Amino acid sequence: MQYLISVINESSDLATEDEQAAIDVFNERVIAEGNWVFAGGLAGPGSATVVDNRGANALVTDGPFVETKEYIVGFWVFEAPDLDAALKLAADGSKACNRKVEVRPFL
Amino acid sequence: MIDVRTAITQAHQGEWARVVASLTRRFGDLDIAEEAAAEAFATAVERWPADGVPPNPGAWLTTTANRKAIDRIRRESKRDDKQKEARMWLDDDPPPSPGVIDDERLRLIFTCCHPALAMESRVALTLRMLGGLTVPEIARAFLVQEAAMGQRITRAKSKIKAARIPYRVPSAEDLPVRLDGVLAVLFLVFNEGYLATGPDTQPVRVDLTTEAIRLTRLIRTLMPRDGEVAGLLALMLLIEARRTARMSATGELVTLDEQDRGSWDAALITEGHRLVRERLASGVPPGRYQILAAINAVHTSAPDARDTDWSQVVALYDQLVRLDASPIVALNRAVAVAELDGPAVALAAVDRLEDRLGVYREYHATRADLLRRLGRSSLSRAAYDHAIELPGNAAQTAYLVRRRDQLG
Repeated sequence: MQYLISVINESSDLATEDEQAAIDVFNERVIAEGNWVFAGGLAGPGSATVVDNRGANALVTDGPFVETKEYIVGFWVFEAPDLDAALKLAADGSKACNRKVEVRPFL
Repeated sequence: MIDVRTAITQAHQGEWARVVASLTRRFGDLDIAEEAAAEAFATAVERWPADGVPPNPGAWLTTTANRKAIDRIRRESKRDDKQKEARMWLDDDPPPSPGVIDDERLRLIFTCCHPALAMESRVALTLRMLGGLTVPEIARAFLVQEAAMGQRITRAKSKIKAARIPYRVPSAEDLPVRLDGVLAVLFLVFNEGYLATGPDTQPVRVDLTTEAIRLTRLIRTLMPRDGEVAGLLALMLLIEARRTARMSATGELVTLDEQDRGSWDAALITEGHRLVRERLASGVPPGRYQILAAINAVHTSAPDARDTDWSQVVALYDQLVRLDASPIVALNRAVAVAELDGPAVALAAVDRLEDRLGVYREYHATRADLLRRLGRSSLSRAAYDHAIELPGNAAQTAYLVRRRDQLG
């Protein structure tokens, strides 16, 4: 079972040095314990472009598809046996990156 | 001959949770378990009057429900193999660590009260899956449209499946926090019954208090050594014992000092006191439910309100404040302080809570009473008016109105 752990923040400020160090330690542990699938940081929502090609032509527009006060600044994908295991990983991840996270299962 | 209807009611109370829990374990799906259990009970209602009550009703119901579940899965697997596969996340977790009791009903409780579910969903799921209440019954209890309540339960079940909320008793390390969550759900159900919040609801909902006590008894059977479970059960019993004395013939709330103590339920009080003594004897530091139960034990030990050992009550509140620094605990402590050190001392303590409790009816009702006792009638009247304006229990409103109108 895979879970998407979205990192939520009010700004796209990069992690501080201390936060980055804690994230590295956390990531290494997740890899060692076999829960690692993928992870990445994202550029701010101002850099987003929306493409809609459901019609005759691909319509390209600037900006995020919805303006929000908080947005996703990065994510992890974990392999975990159930939600309790995913929540534990998410709690440690939130502590490491010093931000809120949202846990969502893949189908 | 046993009355068949009584037998069915008894089987429903005694076996519903067990049947749902064992089916959930076997088929890994709350939906299937709930539906098959309901069908099995419907079959009992149909068949027992003619065939007689089976010698082991629980086994009969489990077997029947299993058969219903298998029928449904067969029907659906013909239709959609993939769906069937998705249903079969069968239990593969390691055996529980020593000391953790493993009962299927406990798994069910911890799943229904999982912190990833919204509180209102936990309450609804617990009443449906453990309590066996029907969706219309739960909807009525919480003044929600039946369709909306049905949807709430369906959504919660879908989340359990989609997010794979596990069906197991939490590890020993997580157990205290998770058990707190379960007890919070049961206490909420009890409180909603004991002091129904809506102005248009029955002021006391016996169905909810009864159900909360029944479920807490069940957890007590499953986790007999847990102090907070015993504490919550004792607390509920000692409050429930005063239920009839708490309401006047005209539907007005009767406060503790004015209750007819002779009409308290002596059996429930004895049981509650026994639980409190058992916890005291354990020597383990008490949690908040145990302290609240002890406070209620002090009240219910006094043959007359004047005999109440208020210094003991205040000492217990001091202990509670150290565990739970919430303003509501501080407010209740002030009520006890008024008896020990006088209303002026209490009022000063209450006034300090205004920022945090100003929107809360109990705050203004408490102030009104203290001001009344201090002879400050016009301030007291204003506080009663404020309390009455705020939403709350109908019987309490009637009491506050009478008290206000008695002011000189």
